[in-house]
Amino acid sequence: MSDYAVTLSPAVGRQEADEAREPTDEQVLEAVGRGDDDALGELYDRFGRLAFRLAFRILRDRALAEDAVQEAFLAVWRSADAYKRERAKPSTWILTVVHRRAVDIVRREQSRRSEPLEVAPEPSVGAADEDAVLRDRRAAVQAALTELPGDQRQALELAYYGGLTQSELAERLGVPLGTVKSRMFAGLGRLRELLAADT
Amino acid sequence: MMRMAQSEIHEQAAAYALDALDPEDRWTYERHLDTCDRCREEVATLREIAGELAYGAEGPEPSPDLRERILEAAKAEPRTATVVPMRRRWLFPATAAVAVAAACAAVGLGLWANSLRDAQPRVVAMDGGGSLIVEGDQATLVACFDEPPAGKTYEAWVIEDDRPRPAGLFAGGCNHVPLEESVEPGNTVAVTLEDAGGADQPTSDILMSADV
Repeated sequence: MSDYAVTLSPAVGRQEADEAREPTDEQVLEAVGRGDDDALGELYDRFGRLAFRLAFRILRDRALAEDAVQEAFLAVWRSADAYKRERAKPSTWILTVVHRRAVDIVRREQSRRSEPLEVAPEPSVGAADEDAVLRDRRAAVQAALTELPGDQRQALELAYYGGLTQSELAERLGVPLGTVKSRMFAGLGRLRELLAADT
Repeated sequence: MMRMAQSEIHEQAAAYALDALDPEDRWTYERHLDTCDRCREEVATLREIAGELAYGAEGPEPSPDLRERILEAAKAEPRTATVVPMRRRWLFPATAAVAVAAACAAVGLGLWANSLRDAQPRVVAMDGGGSLIVEGDQATLVACFDEPPAGKTYEAWVIEDDRPRPAGLFAGGCNHVPLEESVEPGNTVAVTLEDAGGADQPTSDILMSADV
């Protein structure tokens, strides 16, 4: 699909699809683009839970997180027909849309900004039927994060899960903006190496 | 609009991939993406890695009825054809950069010109991206905008003899905005960013403009 995609472990949805000879994520998204609402349901089945966890991690509020997920899936519904021009895997595209929605909402919810962002996330209730592939992948990402240099990990977590902008990060950490940029860039690069080594 | 040094703008890729740019910087960066193949490749790569972080998030399960709510809302939504076909879109369906305005308007106008052939509309490229379709004394703005920062809206103006008249408010996304004010040759059409609800007079820099 994308010439530029990093080779990482495949999207969970796609892996499942291969095993069961079900439609690939790309095929599901194409059907969504044709206005097939069953396909939208299938897309939700593949990515909805992950999308919600991401939104919840950022928003720390169930209702807001569900709003973010709903808005994101509706955005995908409206524009999936444009997806083929994208440079990303379906999973990356969807998660990117969810992430931006959640971050935009958290920035609107000014009151939330006064809450400490280091608050431990609500423990995962880890539904009994949770997909083992997803669980393993979460563990791998969390393990990779712990291996990052602390300042890089902090920058990535506060930016990606906390929804802070780079200038807010610089202010909060008391470091120059350029340092924040470097940490984010280096952190993503290192994360890529760690995850690639893991697979 | 703010301007950035090229070296400075290239450093924005990681922050952009993490959605950590401030709204103005995001906007500026997306304009830059339209002109920079290398940046688009870099962003695609960094997005892929940032997306891995999503898999690391812990949290509860969504309500069992969220799926149904989404499907109901989707079915209730009219699937209107995109007015302006997007030649290139970045990663966002609902937020397209001003940067792509010129590109998508150029593609879109082909269709527009066909559908409006009898009316002989004039198409005026706007400084700053986007196009203006002028048909008699009616004008329509065709452009793509990033989501405005919270509490802000885009406002169109028809300026005659240095006197701007408010000509409509609109939100982010790819828009086809019929102006609420008529235009005549010699007028200028401009767009600014204003507080939600709009302003009587422009209070910010002009983002795009064209002479009718």
